[in-house]
Amino acid sequence: MMLHWLPINISTYGHKIDHVILVIYLIVGIWFLLAEGILGYFIIRYHRSKGQPAIFQPGTSLRSLMWVLIPAALVLAFDIGIEVVQGPIWEEIKMNLPEKPDQTIRIRGRQFVWEITHPGPDGRLDTADDIKTFNQLTIPVHQKIVFELQAEDVIHSLWIPNLRLKQDAVPGRTIRGWFETMQTGTYPIACAELCGSGHGTMQGQLHVMDFADYQKWLAEQTPSGEGATSGTP
Amino acid sequence: MALRKYIFSVDHKIVGMQYLCTGLVMAFVGGYLAYVFRHQLAWPNEPVPLFGMVGPDQYNASVTMHGTIMVFWVAMPILLSGFGNYLLPLMIGAPDMAFPRLNMMSFWTFFLSTLLLMSSFLVPGGAASGGWTSYPPLAASPGLSGVEWGGHLWILAVALEFASMLMGGINFLTTTLTMRAPGMTLFRMPILVWMLNIASLVFMFSVGPLIAGAFMLLADRLFQTGFFLPQSGGDPLLFQHLFWFFGHPEVYVLLFPALGIIAEVMTVFARKPFFGYRPLIYASLIASVLSFLVWAHHQFISGMDPRLAAPFSITTIIISVPFAVAIFSYIATLWGGSIELKTPMIFALGMLAEFLVGGVTGIFNGSAAADIYLHDTYFVVAHFHYTLFPVTFLAGFAGIYFWYPKWFGRLMNETWGKIHAVLTIISFNVTFLPLFAIGLVGHQRRIFDPSLFDYLQPFQHLHVISTWGFIILFLSQIIFVVNFIASLCYGPIATRNPWSAATLEWLAPSPPGHGNFEEPPVVHRGPYDYSLPGLTGKDWKNQTEAV
Amino acid sequence: MKSSVPIWRLGIWWFLGSEIVVFGGLIVCYLLYRFHHPEWASEAAHTLTWVGAVNTVVLLTSSLTMILAHHEVEHGNARSGATYLGLTILAGIIFLLLKSYEYHHEITEGFLPSRSLFWSFYFLMTALHGLHIVGGLVANVVVWSGLKRRFATHRIESVGLYWHFVDVVWIFLFPLLYLSASGGMR
Ligand SMILES: [Cu+2]
Ligand SMILES: [Cu+2]
Repeated sequence: MMLHWLPINISTYGHKIDHVILVIYLIVGIWFLLAEGILGYFIIRYHRSKGQPAIFQPGTSLRSLMWVLIPAALVLAFDIGIEVVQGPIWEEIKMNLPEKPDQTIRIRGRQFVWEITHPGPDGRLDTADDIKTFNQLTIPVHQKIVFELQAEDVIHSLWIPNLRLKQDAVPGRTIRGWFETMQTGTYPIACAELCGSGHGTMQGQLHVMDFADYQKWLAEQTPSGEGATSGTP
Repeated sequence: MALRKYIFSVDHKIVGMQYLCTGLVMAFVGGYLAYVFRHQLAWPNEPVPLFGMVGPDQYNASVTMHGTIMVFWVAMPILLSGFGNYLLPLMIGAPDMAFPRLNMMSFWTFFLSTLLLMSSFLVPGGAASGGWTSYPPLAASPGLSGVEWGGHLWILAVALEFASMLMGGINFLTTTLTMRAPGMTLFRMPILVWMLNIASLVFMFSVGPLIAGAFMLLADRLFQTGFFLPQSGGDPLLFQHLFWFFGHPEVYVLLFPALGIIAEVMTVFARKPFFGYRPLIYASLIASVLSFLVWAHHQFISGMDPRLAAPFSITTIIISVPFAVAIFSYIATLWGGSIELKTPMIFALGMLAEFLVGGVTGIFNGSAAADIYLHDTYFVVAHFHYTLFPVTFLAGFAGIYFWYPKWFGRLMNETWGKIHAVLTIISFNVTFLPLFAIGLVGHQRRIFDPSLFDYLQPFQHLHVISTWGFIILFLSQIIFVVNFIASLCYGPIATRNPWSAATLEWLAPSPPGHGNFEEPPVVHRGPYDYSLPGLTGKDWKNQTEAV
Repeated sequence: MKSSVPIWRLGIWWFLGSEIVVFGGLIVCYLLYRFHHPEWASEAAHTLTWVGAVNTVVLLTSSLTMILAHHEVEHGNARSGATYLGLTILAGIIFLLLKSYEYHHEITEGFLPSRSLFWSFYFLMTALHGLHIVGGLVANVVVWSGLKRRFATHRIESVGLYWHFVDVVWIFLFPLLYLSASGGMR
């Protein structure tokens, strides 16, 4: 089985991605076994040791070509099926931002750290109570989070396997995306795009807390002050 | 004069051999680099034999150079230039290429590019380490990657390599259009000849923008321009578009010749005409046109406009149809055959079976939603190695074992050939199957020490299995090298046509002399007239035999 | 199978085909950026439009003399063919001299490739084109020096095709780089 390799999913849309993977796995798996099976069967069935002479079959008649064209048409049909399943999911995850997010967070990749700006108690970015952390992303569970993804120097890629979230961070752009968690806990964050010597050390944690714990965490933080960076990691 | 005959030769056969041998030598360089980083991945922080400790910078450089070498200095020269130069004139009944001197220039340009690339290991700062895709800003700014000269040399070497391949392509296309033997109509040409020409065309029209991109990247590095740097108004994503506009067609530049090689091998060892010769050619032509319209499926999560995902998903879906036609035709060619599993045939069938894995796993990556999770993980690494390894090595070996008697007048040892084939195919799977699993776990690419990540530690044993698979794969190639060299002197003497094949190259002496054919062949029939009804004695008709 | 198109001409066409894609890629990149950067108009105003215009005339003239050279050689007049080809070479040299004057002027004024993206494109595209002119000149000189001994029409036609191509590239570059100052996008 294929899906059991995936880490647990904690986002509201993650299971849909898993579903797409499963659908493709089943369709493609059947085709694959069929093709390999026929290939293997032919090799055994028509092996020279069987002693039959080969037939002359150049596949020039349309009738014999149907053996190739019909399966190819079926492949197209299944491909379209996959597209129908996956298209709307892509649209939901990557193209539509929630209209009223509970929180907007800024995540900025730079060699070799994720700079994360939490909106602080007032719930808004670029105010004096913003909380800046390095590699530690803290959010309340069951909230729609919108993130603004940026990069300082080179391309990074925000990678949170348990959220089924991956998005490149590109210098010169602000890329918006969203997610909503379903489960508290601490989960890994990594960088998925080669970004230099420290690429393999770039990692952080996502802390998903229930609302009370989150409030407690908020109270413990010292705001970074507007625009100010609180030291280096 | 030996220098003129073997070194600065204009004979297409010598040029082909020079390409092939350079490619094979570079395969060992690329393979050794793979050993370096596979060792590091399986046993982090243990010194690698003959290399030493692998730090993150060495790791990045070895990954980058492995990819660069395997695609541009192994797959291209072996499949396109090696087989193409040697076989194309022979298969169409021509005495040589249309532009023999351009051909020689092409090889020596390639050789120069090889030297440039290899010299980048020796310069201070080491070789390029920005990945074989060389994305800016990392690859555009020495300050950010810490690699100065290695990066410059990488761009220069790749640009020169492109130039040499372009010269070769001009030669292939012109030779095929003008130098075919009388009677050799386009639809009597062997599939390999078609495929080499389609590949040359695809390369010619896809590589231009990347050559322009390479100049821009080099200018960013050397003259502080900002073509791809946002602080100067440039856009890093533009390079990705240029790269993949070339990058996807490039896969077909490698795939088409490989499909050509296994078509020649499979028809001979199944004693069957190719099933659906014209549909295959049309499918390949359609696929090559479509290949220019799919590039952004490599960039779903790159930050480009997400609305572009839909059109590029759809073109990607459409392109699977001609390839389905092709693959099914290959399988159908076996139907009703009389299959003999000689070494070339084992490799050809292996290529087909393994390439299928690469083909179907590509569908996961081609679907934008699934790609959110799978992009830049080891799943992708496994996927494209299941396409490129069969294409380069399994098809490559099939071709080498098949045409070796033509090239050198002796056959390679069959028993050792079979052992080589079976070991290669099995150990290849041991190397790359675990990587699918490791990718699904969420293992991102190009990190030098997976043990630093808690969530990857439980799967470390998969890296170990993969590395052992690779070690066996790498060592198995010693069998090939020894067989290749020993058979030059001790192999059984080959007749002109040891496999009872029907195409023109088997009419020429083994090896063919200067000018190839004793008398110019005249073609009367298609390339795969095997098992024609009513034949007595031999079961095939050479292309020159009257109808 | 003898094709109706001679081998050398096919070779040149394939070669030019691959060249077109290189310049095409560069020009498309330039245009993509240009639409996002209306402010380039004011940068482009600093190019020496009159030198560019003179150079355009020079190149067009050289294409004409190239055609005449081919015509003469085809009709057996090697001597006047050589004269016309010589004029083409002369025009190429004038082009390069004027171009160097421009570069000199621009660099001393501080318009370096690193000044802005416009100048990066300006220098990259014109330098690449200039290299092609140099290559064409070398080929022209080789053909010219052999013209008295060898009566090969195809050699002069080959260099002619290439020379026209380089000329056409300039016809694209001139408005894109010099005239886009008045592009109306301010
Ligand atoms: Cu990073
Ligand atoms: Cu692709």
